Amino acid sequence: MRATQAIVRVRDLNKSFGDLQVLKGVSLDVEQGKTMVVIGPSGSGKSTLLRCLNLLEAIDSGTIEFDGQDITHLGQQAFKARRDIGMVFQNFELFAHLTALENIVLAPVQVKGVAKPEAVATARALLEKVRIPDKADFYADELSGGQQQRVAIARALAMKPKMMLYDEPTSALDPEMIKEVLDVIQDLSRDGMTSVVVTHEMAFARRVADRVVFMESGRVIDDAPTSEFFRGTSSERAKRFLNQILHH
Amino acid sequence: MDKPWLVVEYFVSPRFVWGASLTLWITIVSLFFGVLVGLLIALLQESKNRYLNAFAVVYLWLFRGTPALFQIIFVFNVLPQFGVTLSSFWSGVVALAMNEGAYMAEIVRSGLQAVGRGQRTAARALGMKEWQVMRSVVLPQALRIIIPPTGNQFIGMLKLSALVSAVAVEELLLVANQAASANFRYVEALSAAGLYYLLFTTLFMLIQARIEDWAWGNRGRRGKKASLFERMIGVTGDGGRVR
Repeated sequence: MRATQAIVRVRDLNKSFGDLQVLKGVSLDVEQGKTMVVIGPSGSGKSTLLRCLNLLEAIDSGTIEFDGQDITHLGQQAFKARRDIGMVFQNFELFAHLTALENIVLAPVQVKGVAKPEAVATARALLEKVRIPDKADFYADELSGGQQQRVAIARALAMKPKMMLYDEPTSALDPEMIKEVLDVIQDLSRDGMTSVVVTHEMAFARRVADRVVFMESGRVIDDAPTSEFFRGTSSERAKRFLNQILHH
Repeated sequence: MDKPWLVVEYFVSPRFVWGASLTLWITIVSLFFGVLVGLLIALLQESKNRYLNAFAVVYLWLFRGTPALFQIIFVFNVLPQFGVTLSSFWSGVVALAMNEGAYMAEIVRSGLQAVGRGQRTAARALGMKEWQVMRSVVLPQALRIIIPPTGNQFIGMLKLSALVSAVAVEELLLVANQAASANFRYVEALSAAGLYYLLFTTLFMLIQARIEDWAWGNRGRRGKKASLFERMIGVTGDGGRVR
């Protein structure tokens, strides 16, 4: 058995949108302090899986355990679990009426009752960490995509989450900005932040991931340590997918 | 106009001052309840309950599909037959508020919808409760969209309030009309009333501009701000609804 502890245990997760079943009996473990990269063709259910992990989507059946607690049926109390799970979106979703700094300060003050000066100090430190300390007073539409995404990461970190979820964090970025965002995610992973990253960046997966999960048609086809996965001991379908995106 | 001073005399006369105050009061009360009704209808429209949706649709159909004047007379003359007797003032206010609600609902709804779904999702993902999402993320952004057309509604309501004269509320227009028909000084009496309307609309527009600045905070506004003149003649883009 592995020595590390699973912080997330998903068992037999099913989820449908109307007649379309997007997740078909998904089971996986995310280990404490590790980084899992989820790959797969579009429509394979990766993003839905991610949104189920912090209960943004209601699931049809199965169980989700987070940090030793069954959170499957939290319902209206879902916000309690979300406080410990940071999430970063493809389209950044910075609050448009607030500055970068205000975006980061909002949730700790409102949700956790952190004192404003303390929250501001934390926010400034986080902006430092994501390498844009000088952008504190800028609004989202005054920032580049890469900068917005880094503010979004800082905003999630301000809640001091036990785990970070990244939903295609670089898919909406121009190529020259992808690296600056991936570098920040990589730093966090190296510092031991438990992370689940849905991405198409294979070089990133190879470099940063501890495990790679390959999904297709709502199922986990492959779930292996990174080196093993890329060495090609993985399934035929995963290989075909890798070939497609590596040689397109 | 051989007696121009008569305009001033009318303007400061107790009857005109009273009529103008009543016009202002009808406007404010009707708009206040109109905004509440609008919020309610907007929420019903957004609701997932089919029957509530249907109710909202029927409401909009009725109140946007009939003239405001008709609604005022209906409330005043027909409701008493069903045991609901309102004073002429309240008949007017109820009808105007219900009418206004139908238009405000659309304004509120477009404001709420303009705040992208992703913004709400992001707020939820930070562990906010639904009311916190509404208060801190959705409403501040929606307000910026809702305020300008609401100001236009305010001005529209001021003018619409003249219809209440049909059920004998002694508001500004009725006062002017009565004064004029006593001595056939139509020009002077109506000019005095017209000055009041212009005074009020101009004041509203100034206040509206202030409120818009407040809603945008210290944030520089994108694009050109509507000038007072543009507001008056209704070329602010989304305003100027004809009723």
